[in-house]
Amino acid sequence: MSEEKKVALVTGASRGIGRAIAEQLATDGYTVIGTATSEGGAQSISDYLQAAGNQGCGMKLDVADEDSVTSVVKSVSTEFGAPLVLVNNAGITRDNILMRMKGDEWSDVIETNLSALYRVSKACLRGMTKARWGRIVNITSVVGSMGNIGQSNYAATKAGAEGFSRALARELGSRSVTVNCVAPGFIDTDMTRELSDEQRALMLGQIPLGRLGAPEEIAAVVGFLCSEAAGYITGETLHINGGMYMA
Amino acid sequence: MSSIEERVKKIVAEQLGVKEDEVQTEASFVEDLGADSLDTVELVMALEEEFETEIPDEEAEKITTVKLAIDYINENLA
Repeated sequence: MSEEKKVALVTGASRGIGRAIAEQLATDGYTVIGTATSEGGAQSISDYLQAAGNQGCGMKLDVADEDSVTSVVKSVSTEFGAPLVLVNNAGITRDNILMRMKGDEWSDVIETNLSALYRVSKACLRGMTKARWGRIVNITSVVGSMGNIGQSNYAATKAGAEGFSRALARELGSRSVTVNCVAPGFIDTDMTRELSDEQRALMLGQIPLGRLGAPEEIAAVVGFLCSEAAGYITGETLHINGGMYMA
Repeated sequence: MSSIEERVKKIVAEQLGVKEDEVQTEASFVEDLGADSLDTVELVMALEEEFETEIPDEEAEKITTVKLAIDYINENLA
């Protein structure tokens, strides 16, 4: 790291994997800006960053809204400097089998999980190409590779994000900007805590390591991909799933 | 204060890594000066900063030669 701290932008950072990533990047010496969809979420991000002694803060952002994205990236750039590390982590699920899926369950997931990559990445590229250095990490899912019942919308966005990343990696390689994905399996977060005991037992039976992953185990890999040491990795997807899916 | 033409040519030379005397007025960024698609986007970004303006994407796409860049600046800012 140079003496001037780089700015890292993490979407969906109020809890779960996003929070662990924001905390990891704070530890690694970045000024971290975390985003959440509500003011309360943004405040909680500011609180934990401040507790960690970080100069960054939480901001309210709706990744499905282009104006919101433009204005947040602009204000981050003015107040803290252009983000050279971007972690697209914000995501939602609207599970339903396709035969019952409503149009808005499909389109909400596409907008928040996939079209957001277009909006947020594009808004950050100017700073990265100018700096001739950048790191984009998109958080996908094992479901993008394996599929899952009731998640055709979610799986489409996660597989789509991986294709997006490979294309962008080619576009930006000449500027030393790397673009990679991290694909978590079952991680111990609010999302998986909603499962019934029966579902949980079934799931654990498919995982060679026999346990859920911790958010910190995802964050550590994101931290590595953002580091100088990972400068020759681009267009890649790293799977972190306890062995439940081996490519 | 240098002329708009001189300022544009200086930026083109810096962005595309060519000598200023190679930047002929009629030169095409891609065909004559070896720019790729990302270079042309960055060149427009640099022009925006130099002349403190915003060039809309649909206009930026038409700026493919040194002369077109100079003309655009002259027409919109002079």
